[in-house]
Amino acid sequence: MVAAKVGDMIEFLGDLAAWFASSWDGDTGYLMRIWEHVTVSGAALLAAVAVALPLGAWFGHTGRGGMLVTSMVNVGRALPSFGIVALALPITIRLADALPVIDSGLGFLPTFVALFALAAPPVFINTHAGIRGVDPDTVEAARGMGIDGRRVLTTIELPMAAAVIMYGIRVTAVQIVATAPLGALVAYGGLGRFIIDGFAVRDSVQIAAGAILVALLAVATDIGFSRLERRVVPKGITPTRKGGNIAGDVMVDPARAQWSRAVKPIHREE
Amino acid sequence: MIARPFIDWGWIVDHLDEIRDRIGEHLALTAIALGIGLIIALVLALAGLRVPRALPPITWTAGVLYTIPSLALFAFLVPITGFTTLTAEIGLVSYTLLILIRSIVTGIQGIDPAVTEAARGMGYSPRRMLWEIELPLALPVIVAGVRLAAVTTVGLVTVTALIGLGGVGFFILRGLNRFFDTEIVLGTALSVMLAMILDAALVGIERVLTPWSRRRSAT
Repeated sequence: MVAAKVGDMIEFLGDLAAWFASSWDGDTGYLMRIWEHVTVSGAALLAAVAVALPLGAWFGHTGRGGMLVTSMVNVGRALPSFGIVALALPITIRLADALPVIDSGLGFLPTFVALFALAAPPVFINTHAGIRGVDPDTVEAARGMGIDGRRVLTTIELPMAAAVIMYGIRVTAVQIVATAPLGALVAYGGLGRFIIDGFAVRDSVQIAAGAILVALLAVATDIGFSRLERRVVPKGITPTRKGGNIAGDVMVDPARAQWSRAVKPIHREE
Repeated sequence: MIARPFIDWGWIVDHLDEIRDRIGEHLALTAIALGIGLIIALVLALAGLRVPRALPPITWTAGVLYTIPSLALFAFLVPITGFTTLTAEIGLVSYTLLILIRSIVTGIQGIDPAVTEAARGMGYSPRRMLWEIELPLALPVIVAGVRLAAVTTVGLVTVTALIGLGGVGFFILRGLNRFFDTEIVLGTALSVMLAMILDAALVGIERVLTPWSRRRSAT
């Protein structure tokens, strides 16, 4: 019986290898699916950073938006990403009905909208937290030297908050790559196609292959962004961080945020 | 095209029984995952605290499990364990481990050494120390971890709709397949509500269990 199990396993691995050797080419091959996956993820991340980073920096700099951040953290945690992807569909379909410019409310658009909605809050939250976490004495000193508000933000606060901001972007990027497979449910391509279609026809080989590719892409994203993080963050002010991957919202949790002298904990009122 | 309403209240009223059953399924999946997750995390965290060399590999493994996308993890398991509750629970439990282990370890490590020293001086055995001193004092931090794990798990349960379960996530999937907005909105709203209710309930449980720390602000 054990021998039969092992035999099945070897056969399955053989099928999997055969799948990887044969299914890479063409419009439905995995190279194309990886490309679709990366484009929608990249577009959503870029849009989220373009919108949320300046907003987070500005709100952090002026000290406003504390309530907004708190409610975003709470709602963001409770909202299931599956729900966000699903909710994007009725919205984009209505958009496509209303605006003739958009030719389809299916596929790329709902996936992009959902991933953007998923990505913007954590980028905003971490940028805000990073800027608020900069030692007030340093900011005070800069102001005392006659540096104006905008330059305080760009030359003092942003570089000192870079580690927190970049960490937020990294975690967000991984989360986007991990959620993009759900785009297959709203008629997009991407690597989710293999998993969702595999589920539908109960094709274990295709399901496993899709899972492997998604996991590899997520890990590659994590590694890529941590390299970028190291390049972007100025050498002298890298905060010591205990442990590696935790969810983006965890790091904002003041009980968990452990920064060195350069970046102090977020909660000050106690 | 005339704008369709997002929510068809009549449909909801007609399907109250089904909604109740799905909420029950959702809560059961969540509770099992949290219960098993907490037991495993306690064992691993306590082992890690006793043998410090074991702690990094334990948290590293939990971290890797946490990084694997949920859909991919379920997909990995389907060829082995099929479209079953077991598949869902293995995935859901894996995601609670990192958060729970971290909170238990930080909670116990954060205890004032003078307190444990005093207890040891009074002749507390390691076991009594754990149950009567360390775990109670670490409870606020542990509960913070459990709350985070609970909220995350409630959201993740919706994804298990893809392997034939899903709790209220079932409505989201069916709504998507039939282009029926009411079910999408209903499933998402119910999931958010369940997460918030569970979170509030855990805050209440913490208050009851730690009467001495009333003045601590909730995180």
